[in-house]
Amino acid sequence: MHIIVCIKQVPSTTQVKIDPVTHTLIREGGIINPFDTYALEEGVRIRERMGGKVTVISMGPPPAVESLREAISLGADEAVLLSDPAFAGADTLATSYTLSRGIRKIGQFDLIICGKQAMDGDTAQVGPGIAEHLNIPFVTWVRKIEEIREGYIRVQRLMEDSYEVIEMSLPALITVVKEINVPRLPSLKAMLRAKKMSLPIWTANDLDVDRSRVGLNGSPTKVIQTFTPPIRGKGEILTGPVKESAKVLVEKLRERKIL
Amino acid sequence: MEGIQVITEKCIGCKLCVEACPYRAVEVINKLAVIKENCNLCGACVPACKYQAIIITARKEAVAEKIVLEGYQGVWIFAEQRQGKLSGVVYELLGEGKKLARYLGEQLNAVLLGNRVRELASELIAYGADKVYLVEAPELEQFQDDSYAQVVANLIQRYRPSIFLSGATSIGRSFIPKVAVILGTGLTADCTSLEIDSKTRLLLQTRPAFGGNIMATIICPQYRPQMATVRPKVMKRATKVERHQGEIIPVMMDGKPNIRTRILEVIKMVEETINLAEADIVVSGGRGLGDPKNFQLVEDLAKILGGAVGASRAAVDAGWISYSHQVGQTGKTVCPKIYIACGISGAIQHLAGMQSSEVIVAINKDPDAPIFQIADYGIVGDVLKVLPALTEEFKKSLY
Repeated sequence: MHIIVCIKQVPSTTQVKIDPVTHTLIREGGIINPFDTYALEEGVRIRERMGGKVTVISMGPPPAVESLREAISLGADEAVLLSDPAFAGADTLATSYTLSRGIRKIGQFDLIICGKQAMDGDTAQVGPGIAEHLNIPFVTWVRKIEEIREGYIRVQRLMEDSYEVIEMSLPALITVVKEINVPRLPSLKAMLRAKKMSLPIWTANDLDVDRSRVGLNGSPTKVIQTFTPPIRGKGEILTGPVKESAKVLVEKLRERKIL
Repeated sequence: MEGIQVITEKCIGCKLCVEACPYRAVEVINKLAVIKENCNLCGACVPACKYQAIIITARKEAVAEKIVLEGYQGVWIFAEQRQGKLSGVVYELLGEGKKLARYLGEQLNAVLLGNRVRELASELIAYGADKVYLVEAPELEQFQDDSYAQVVANLIQRYRPSIFLSGATSIGRSFIPKVAVILGTGLTADCTSLEIDSKTRLLLQTRPAFGGNIMATIICPQYRPQMATVRPKVMKRATKVERHQGEIIPVMMDGKPNIRTRILEVIKMVEETINLAEADIVVSGGRGLGDPKNFQLVEDLAKILGGAVGASRAAVDAGWISYSHQVGQTGKTVCPKIYIACGISGAIQHLAGMQSSEVIVAINKDPDAPIFQIADYGIVGDVLKVLPALTEEFKKSLY
């Protein structure tokens, strides 16, 4: 099995800076997007059961290579970064296009695993986008892989009030939710390997990309304004005996006519 | 294989193309590359060949070209239905879509896919849709990304709406990104506000990012339609329009959709009687409950209020309740009228999933818990005592 895991480096805190001119993110280091750690763990587990290889791919500025190194220390075999100033400012259409070209360059694969969404952009659009660019089937919100073998996968997809058992042929793409596993900690051996490994960085010239379809130029959507949401005012704290507080609260909610 | 050609004079059988093909669709037979039927013309082998021996004669992938904006008109909404029932967000899309359509002086139309769902089309008209494009087929009975995306993309290509909205639901957030890629247009996820720019007449799509810490306004100036998914419970529901006249337009599918996934089973989650994302009231429990069995108190209150049960990440990670109840950054985002946080301290990741609720009530024994910073009403006290008292008071007041 050759499994490709897509990861994104995201800011390590939710405190982020926005470039006031371009409205794009100022990225300063970061962590592997939490949802992607479940994707990576699932890929590594499949390889441990069935043999094969896990290749991690990411698109981002050069420092994102550190997150790829972390992915190696968490069990990935190989990693590649797509990085080029031409890729910067990409929306989900341009990002999924660029990643799909990177995946094509990697070559044969059986399964692509993505996290459900990135916790900075929260769009959940890149996974399905990659699948469409590669013209392969996909299932989103996977909470369990029931069976996987050569050319076949059966998964559970989490919906609002149910889950669906779905099968499809490989190659295919899945996006996973947190419920699917508990990621491991890095192993010392893998950490040492990660430290020594030289990881390839592919630029626009290395990929078969149409330059009008990558980065800011290839992005149909444009961010025209960013702002911080109005802060919720501090509310009212009810003190006094429990029964009294409960009564007051119910009255207040009734007054607001939302009950 | 049609659409792709191996130039036999140039091919030396080096197998570079075999390695490059993600689909194992190339084989070398007698020192000659042969393209098999499972080739989908992705083109990966073309640059891999050092001898320019492979050419693609037909490219079926959508090429994003700048399109002419004229001729795109009308606001469309995707009328999501499950088991013959319209999802709650559809009424919100009708309300919001009407507002936008009025401002533009254009029509509000709905797209309805399913099997024997015609009566829902009348419902959509009653709630303000001017036209309903109705596509009925047994293959559309269950939602599948492949079939729904193909049908919706075809309709958009044919009728050219200028705006296309869908609910940011499990279904909408899954297949609409595929539609946007097929059409080569932009898509904004999980919008909480939509407006029309008075000068440019562009759709201003505002959405939270970074767990709600930043809001961004996004436009799609040069491609059509302008597509967005809309967070449930945020927009105002449409009201029934007396004797509203509309038109149902049945549309035939262009051939059989190519569905590559197969649903074997749908399993309802028993514990979840109310859909968390669409609930008007959410009562959530955290580690402050002290013990998994105390979730019963949360459930009791939720039941009295006709609400759904949520949980903090800590409670889910401790195994007290299933992941499908988790509210927050790595769980669900909810936007109910009332959110009651019980024994939840209010980590920033939790706030990300619920801070856009209309009214927030917090119950916690620690007066310094961050949840009180955003709560409209707070009760400082033992959650195990406050919950039964609240349940009792609501019972008195509501029944």
